[in-house]
Amino acid sequence: MNEWFQNLLGENLGLFVSILAQSLLLVVPLLVALAFLMYMDRKVWAAVQMRKGPNIVGAFGLLQSFADFIKYIAKEVIVPAGADKAVFFLAPMVTLVTAMVAWAVVPFNDGWYLSNANVGILFIMAVSSLEVYGVIMGGWASNSKYPFLGALRSAAQMISYEVSLGLIIIGILISTGSLNLSNIVNAQQGGIFSWYFLPHFPMLILFFVSALAETNRPPFDLPEAEAELVAGYQVEYSSTPFLLFMIGELVAVVLMCALLSVLFFGGWLSPVSWLPDSFFWMFAKMFVFFFLFALVKAAVPRYRYDQLMRLGWKVFLPLSLGWVVFVAFMAHWDVATYARWDLLGGVN
Amino acid sequence: MQETQKISKMDWTRATQYFFLLDFLGGFWVAMKYFFRPKATLNYPHEKGPLSPRFRGEHALRRYPSGEERCIACKLCEAICPAQAITIDAEPREDGSRRTTRYDIDMTKCIYCGFCQEACPVDAIVEGPNFEFATETREELFYNKEKLLDNGARWEVEIARNLELDAPYR
Repeated sequence: MNEWFQNLLGENLGLFVSILAQSLLLVVPLLVALAFLMYMDRKVWAAVQMRKGPNIVGAFGLLQSFADFIKYIAKEVIVPAGADKAVFFLAPMVTLVTAMVAWAVVPFNDGWYLSNANVGILFIMAVSSLEVYGVIMGGWASNSKYPFLGALRSAAQMISYEVSLGLIIIGILISTGSLNLSNIVNAQQGGIFSWYFLPHFPMLILFFVSALAETNRPPFDLPEAEAELVAGYQVEYSSTPFLLFMIGELVAVVLMCALLSVLFFGGWLSPVSWLPDSFFWMFAKMFVFFFLFALVKAAVPRYRYDQLMRLGWKVFLPLSLGWVVFVAFMAHWDVATYARWDLLGGVN
Repeated sequence: MQETQKISKMDWTRATQYFFLLDFLGGFWVAMKYFFRPKATLNYPHEKGPLSPRFRGEHALRRYPSGEERCIACKLCEAICPAQAITIDAEPREDGSRRTTRYDIDMTKCIYCGFCQEACPVDAIVEGPNFEFATETREELFYNKEKLLDNGARWEVEIARNLELDAPYR
């Protein structure tokens, strides 16, 4: 694709246009899919509470998110009198952009990615850590009590769970011998029983829960706990900036679904040998995890702040640290399910 | 000493519950059970729930079948109104009967307690079954006599039926 554009438009401009086109090809379907995932989120939540959920706009309410979208951008943007305007508007953009950028390295199929970065997983960790800045900036720039408290909580929460998230990933990296996401998927070849969720099962659950905390999803939505903080760092936001925050959070959630599929469930790999590997599997897996995210939101009550911190530091951190040691020994002794380097032709 | 006892007496049931996420799995099971249950939602603007004959909705001033207005300006409703939402002015009419010249209800003050209805000796002021009278401006909710009589004309059938149904219990 790069070459075709370069032949058409010259060396530099061609590359630029090519990358731009690829980015749009990723971002636009992602945002459209997001609208329907939002709808699904609300439908699942409603169904668990024996409600019908949105069912007026479009067939079965399918266009509800688009109606909401129009509502959000048509509303008035309100800036608090004491707010730091530049930071105030920068915050939602930071949240959205950092959440979007991480998608650059996610492989949807063999060779379907924007960038085949060798440090793909590291890149995702780095960029998703930056997401906390959006929340902190938003909370601080609002110049208001509850947003500030929410931002403080959020900072503590995201940092705590990033630690265990990183350690969990290290286990996977030891097994694979590569930080490249495509390599991580390829190391899981051989059907459903070769996927990492079996040898790394406890970490799958820890990763899922950490992902919930990392993306501020219920039951860890303390930064925006409506009972205590009204809506946390989002209190002073309205209209499009609020929309950006919301999209940013949802993009992060879907990214976590993608990571779960890639790291533990073999990405685009087919579960059985008689079906071909395809991007369909990747999307199906992400869909299932998104459903789980929605179900957790519906079923689990919010954690208290001290419970959150205890879980993060006293349970998840030691468990994941212990698991890294365990995997390291297993890989060292060449226990087959824990060392998959041969599949990739040695350590890359 | 007590501390060591606590530790040595480890509660294995709770530990299992905690580490195998049994509470959460149970929660998901319940959630999925409810997921497939029939929905309790009422598609409100398209379908509406049943209303009791005693339902206290929007006010209306009624007339006799002859067309004569019932209200005799006794001002009992004005007196009993706890929110002081009712304002009445009265004058003898040309034929000598006592009638209101002004009957205002401030619907933004009204608390829909139904005392006016209870106080009325001639069943003139009633709270009808209509609850969909939201407006875009505050001013539209300051009802005058004309509006209330108009309501009475529009809802008379329903109001009369509700009064009849509720009569045995009064």
